[in-house]
Amino acid sequence: MQQELLPQLFKTEYRKIVSVLYKLFGLDYIEIAEDIVSDVFLLASETWGLKGLPENPTAWLYTVSKNRTKDYLKRHTFFQQKIQSEIINSSVPDLEIEINLSEKNITDSQLQMMFAICHPSISAEAQVCMSLRFLCGFSIDEIANAFQTNKETVNKRLFRAKEKLRYAKIKIEFPSKTEIARRLETVAATLYLLFNEGYFATNKDVKLQKEFCLEAMRLNYLLIKNEETNLPFINALFSLMCFHSSRFDARLNENGESILYQHQDETLWNKELIERGEYYLDQAFKSNDISRYHLQAAIAFHHTKQTDNPEKWNMVLQLYNQLLQLEYSPIVALNRTYALAKVQGKAAAIAEAEKLNLSNNHLYYSLLGDLYTNIDDAKAIHCFQTAWALARSTADKAIITNKIIDCGREKNNS
Amino acid sequence: MIFRNEKPVDGSMPSAEQMQAIMQEWQNWIGGIAAQGKFVSTNRLYSEGKSIFADGSVVDGPYAEVKEMVGGYLIATADNLDAAVEMAKSCPNIKYGGKVEVRSVMSIDSDASSKTFLIEK
Repeated sequence: MQQELLPQLFKTEYRKIVSVLYKLFGLDYIEIAEDIVSDVFLLASETWGLKGLPENPTAWLYTVSKNRTKDYLKRHTFFQQKIQSEIINSSVPDLEIEINLSEKNITDSQLQMMFAICHPSISAEAQVCMSLRFLCGFSIDEIANAFQTNKETVNKRLFRAKEKLRYAKIKIEFPSKTEIARRLETVAATLYLLFNEGYFATNKDVKLQKEFCLEAMRLNYLLIKNEETNLPFINALFSLMCFHSSRFDARLNENGESILYQHQDETLWNKELIERGEYYLDQAFKSNDISRYHLQAAIAFHHTKQTDNPEKWNMVLQLYNQLLQLEYSPIVALNRTYALAKVQGKAAAIAEAEKLNLSNNHLYYSLLGDLYTNIDDAKAIHCFQTAWALARSTADKAIITNKIIDCGREKNNS
Repeated sequence: MIFRNEKPVDGSMPSAEQMQAIMQEWQNWIGGIAAQGKFVSTNRLYSEGKSIFADGSVVDGPYAEVKEMVGGYLIATADNLDAAVEMAKSCPNIKYGGKVEVRSVMSIDSDASSKTFLIEK
């Protein structure tokens, strides 16, 4: 019982307690907050092992955390003075420092930490790294595994990011009302990257990848539940994540290899997540202020129906047209060309594809191969071969190899 | 690119479906430019407006003395004028009897290797 409970509590409660302590000690002393909470969990494993489980394990963790923090502050009067002068009204010098572990304060602390980490002065990569560590509580090992690097690199990355936060004198606090929408854009961009890190990364640890996605959704949901941060584009982003993650169980086969969208078993798509996505998409579109997340979520909505009719593809094409006008990206340009082929036919799409100027991109040649299939199969195979040579990951190469085989088979049959 | 059209003579308005189809043609054309990463911005212009003259007089309509009117514009990046002209050739405005004027935007940054072209709608 205890063996299962403690790791589970560590997953859910560690980051809650530590977020309040981060706020208390400030960004300069993140390690102190982490040490205190880690000690509490160590103590829990020792004490609970000897004396059995307390009546309310979570309450036990909270109480001991509070006491440990107060002890720490008593021993280090520097902090006591610092915190008393900064946070508590300094006209009451003897006031006992209150460590507030209420649900509201935990959520507020997490949101404020999100704003501090997702600061425009920090690189996007460092923001994702810090979010995984300080907001989601992933271990350095897990983060290193996700980025396919080693512990030292992750530690260095985190260290440099913390230095930047210190240098920029960033505080754990809510931005002012006039700033909140602009700052939220950075937060949303980081959550989007965090989600994509889990959803599109090609490393083998599927369980960990799924956790990244769930964490991105959890943090996004905190923003929706808070009145000040519940903006239309935040709803749109959540909707997009719901639609994508609805296919989580359908997109990998038993060997962990990805299954292309059109070959997925639709019955494995999570209906509940699709419905939630639809709900938040409606919420998002109550405003006329259309963000890239709105357009991406709307496209993802159309893809929750596998039916292949021209009306659907025309709507998808129009959404891609709009999305590209907001922000160019090679992947979106390729997806738009695919949609164009579905609406105007392959010949029209080939003409457009050839203007794209993406000749160093394996996905470009892969698309071109798809478009030439059944029109000029020899050319299609040639495109797939170029794609194979440009592709870097073995997973990508495997997908392209299958296409070459399929195309060759059709060529011989005809 | 500047999109010029003849002043409409009579009021034979296209139906809602026709309008939607025409809009999608425009969007597909603009989307094609955006897919190349060359789209900068675009706007349509309302037909009503006012013109201010040197004598201080203000006259209704942007086209008091000209037969043509500007319906909109699109700014795109292109390597040269010819490339911009190629881009403009598939503009739906031409299909519907209007014309597209391609002009190069003068840049303060003389180092810019790629000129930006104004395509009127």
